[in-house]
Amino acid sequence: MTESRLTGATAMVKSLESQGVEVIFGLPGGAALPIYDELAKSKIKHILTRHEQGAAHMADGYARASGKVGVCLATSGPGATNLVTGLATAYMDSSAVVAITGQVPRSMIGNDAFQEVDITGITIPITKHNYLVKGAADLPHIIEQAFFLASTGRKGPVLIDIPRDVQLEDFSPDRVKRAPLEGYNPTIEGHPRQITKAAQLIKSAQTPLLITGGGVFHSDSSEDLQNLAEKADIPVVNTLTGKSTFPNSHDLYFGMLGYHGTVVANTAVSEADVIVAVGVRFGDRTTGPLPTFAKQAKLIHIDIDPAEISKNVPSYLPIVGDAKNILSQLGELLPEMKHRDWICHLKEISKAHPLPAKMVGVSTPNILCILQEIVKDAVLVTDVGKHQMFAAHYISVESPRSFITSGGLGTMGFGVPAAIGVKVARPDRTVIDIAGDGSFMMTCNQIATAVQYNIPICVLVMNDYCLGMIHQLQDVFYGKRYEACNFDKSVDYAKLAESMGAVGIRVTEQKQIKGAIEKGLSCGKPCVIDFVLEDNSNVYPMVTGSSLLEYRE
Amino acid sequence: MRHTISILCDDTPGVLTRISSLFSRRGFNIESLSVGHTETPGKSRFTIVVEGDEKILEQVRKQLQKLVHVIKAWGISQEESVEREHALLKIQMSEKQRGEILQIITAVQARIVDSSNRTWILEVTGDTSAIDNAFNLFRHYKIIESIRTGKISLERGSGKAAKK
Repeated sequence: MTESRLTGATAMVKSLESQGVEVIFGLPGGAALPIYDELAKSKIKHILTRHEQGAAHMADGYARASGKVGVCLATSGPGATNLVTGLATAYMDSSAVVAITGQVPRSMIGNDAFQEVDITGITIPITKHNYLVKGAADLPHIIEQAFFLASTGRKGPVLIDIPRDVQLEDFSPDRVKRAPLEGYNPTIEGHPRQITKAAQLIKSAQTPLLITGGGVFHSDSSEDLQNLAEKADIPVVNTLTGKSTFPNSHDLYFGMLGYHGTVVANTAVSEADVIVAVGVRFGDRTTGPLPTFAKQAKLIHIDIDPAEISKNVPSYLPIVGDAKNILSQLGELLPEMKHRDWICHLKEISKAHPLPAKMVGVSTPNILCILQEIVKDAVLVTDVGKHQMFAAHYISVESPRSFITSGGLGTMGFGVPAAIGVKVARPDRTVIDIAGDGSFMMTCNQIATAVQYNIPICVLVMNDYCLGMIHQLQDVFYGKRYEACNFDKSVDYAKLAESMGAVGIRVTEQKQIKGAIEKGLSCGKPCVIDFVLEDNSNVYPMVTGSSLLEYRE
Repeated sequence: MRHTISILCDDTPGVLTRISSLFSRRGFNIESLSVGHTETPGKSRFTIVVEGDEKILEQVRKQLQKLVHVIKAWGISQEESVEREHALLKIQMSEKQRGEILQIITAVQARIVDSSNRTWILEVTGDTSAIDNAFNLFRHYKIIESIRTGKISLERGSGKAAKK
């Protein structure tokens, strides 16, 4: 009879295989070793990261680039707590991640054992759901459920905490326990009557506007969005995470709205009479001050999460469901329309308020501009800070899932590991991480991971020897008192990269920019280009007053 | 304003933490919370009373509904439901006070569930205001300790609220 029995770890790895998992990002520890012992026998590839935070960001990047579930693995205690920032990042941006952690044996839980931490307790507010596995027989079902939860409805991270003795416990597979998910019924189909009403409202609009966010990204509904926008002739603006949901070179595209939004996007929001917001949660960086946001507009809010409806901005007509089928149905219901006056008006505003940066010297906008000329269809990953806002404005993205950034949590250090995850998911695409020196230093240890597995990402470090966005905020709002903002100039990021086996290039003059990027992209190895910035101007526009229309540019 | 929220959920470890943390996160103080098994094995029902802004509370209700173990979370109006609360009071009295206290016990339909010398334990059942009322009356005597269960509520009529 012993032949038919399985251990928890074997069952877990088999379940991961049957979920189609091809790669796991992780770092072992005592409480996870039985799992690692089983992984050694599996065809699932394991990528050994240099820190668990990176493992979570890699799984997140993998999920965002592929639309599949990203998996990360860590041990108990500090391994598990190191995942926390990565899980919170994935949670805020609704990314489908499954995190597996080892835990101390069941008999020791609650005894303050070595490397024990209550990770299910810690991660309740930053996961869609989590599990502490009480017996090996529960494992196959829990793994299946975790993948289902992470990848359906509003996507999000799910954590599974597995005590070491559960990993080793053997059980008979015919005694697998099942528990139904009675409380989980995401609404996928939009209500037909609401969709009809929305079509009527859009038909009656003079100055309609589409706002697209991460929900369009996650539901792969860019094509349906474009059909709708073109058929009904509606201009499109996006949130930061929605940047790659609509071709940026399109005639109907007017950039990012919000705190750092373009003047035209923020004006469009303020002048629109009907706004169709798709997969947008109206975060404060998108809306600016709520009392003045979109005051003239009737809001049609399309979102898969009913808790987002009227959370921040009151919704005139909510449609709960998956953006893809709602947008395609709306597209069918609407006739061909023309809003040329409105669009001409926006184009004039756009012309009157161009992006302010001058394209000279070793400056972030100039580097991005040159990058754009060299590479057309890369996946751009960013870190968080000033370079992120420059990237949102100065890089044009044309295809879906091609701009990957930490929007909600604003996690510095996201870039390098996320780019590794993206490249693992999409080896066919060029993957470029646009980083700041502050962000890069938080997770640059993962360059060693990229080198070990030969994952050729190209990292462009916009090196201003300071925390650029902090510098800007202190410049504008804190009387130029640059407290705790500047780094000394001791680090050479190119040499740092070289020391880990990557290609390192240092750029100090404008004439070196093009050659450096070309070399970085063609070297076929992980590469870090240290751009020592000559010009560290602030990123504008930036909202400074009590509405999106009070800004500096 | 005071609100009553009813929650039907899986009877599983951790569900109380998941539910209560959504209230504390938003700064709601839970005035009372009672939980117990239901007619369906494996399912529990919470009745939670909180005071606060209705709009924020609606947001909390939607967040509760998102919890995987929560089958349904809904608000209950006082008019359309029967509500009950239970209290135990340990009262100490002199010989002289006995008669008066017995009169109050009759008036508020309390029961003596334990007695030893000059100390009685009384139980009172009723809606929240009836319990408040009883406490007010007994306040004039020496209450050694007291405890209230918190409210439970069930909608009137033949329907099943969680099915709606």
